[in-house]
Amino acid sequence: MSEEENRICVRSDPGDLPLVRSLVERIAARAGFDEQDAGRLVLAVDEAIANVIKHGYEGRGDQPVEVSARRIEEDGTPGIALEIRDFGKQVPPEVICGRDLQDVRPGGLGVHIIRTVMDRVEYAAAEGGGMRLKMVKLKST
Amino acid sequence: MNCDTIKQVRRSSEGTIVEAQGDIDLRFQPEFQRALLEICSEKPARLIIHLGLVNYMDSSGVGTLVKIAHTVKAFSGKLALVAPSPKVRSIFEITTLDKYFNILPTEEEALAL
Repeated sequence: MSEEENRICVRSDPGDLPLVRSLVERIAARAGFDEQDAGRLVLAVDEAIANVIKHGYEGRGDQPVEVSARRIEEDGTPGIALEIRDFGKQVPPEVICGRDLQDVRPGGLGVHIIRTVMDRVEYAAAEGGGMRLKMVKLKST
Repeated sequence: MNCDTIKQVRRSSEGTIVEAQGDIDLRFQPEFQRALLEICSEKPARLIIHLGLVNYMDSSGVGTLVKIAHTVKAFSGKLALVAPSPKVRSIFEITTLDKYFNILPTEEEALAL
């Protein structure tokens, strides 16, 4: 089963991040996620867009970032499917990985957070340039 | 101190308590870091960062706190984080940094470090 899709396009400006966080929070609540899981979901999406801003667009704040989210159900378990599309720098998906957390230093935590929080994460170079990130999070049973 | 993410700084002989607030994210992390580094230049014996009024923190905010921890350690001071909400605490748990930082429920416990 899939339900209505929510789609927004924001700028690659950190000032637009609260808009996305608010959207994801609302959809997570409607999908039945508790406050803690909804918070983690919001964090993962925020980190993904922050990475687009920092790495995909190298800090330029006027570039487009498309975010879509829809409620899903898989084998009776509700969840959310999210997609983040940018038009920035392309990188091979296999190089996008978390770092060793034993090395306590600032930076480089975003991918670890995304992969820890989400049930499925799939990066791909998008046709026409930029990257497409697909993520799925199912509600804990 | 003109900084959206810091409500108040209280200094005493026991240490310095910083009351953080708002969203510490990619937008506000640079000013948060600048303000904390400025406070670190005073080399307080204890630096206590009260997170009770912080609504949201991302990995850039956590990265700043790691940088501050390294700075405080370099002058042999002590750092504690106080009263994060469950939502804010969650990012420390996901990154396993809850084991690295002293995260305490009250300022009194932090001052006893």
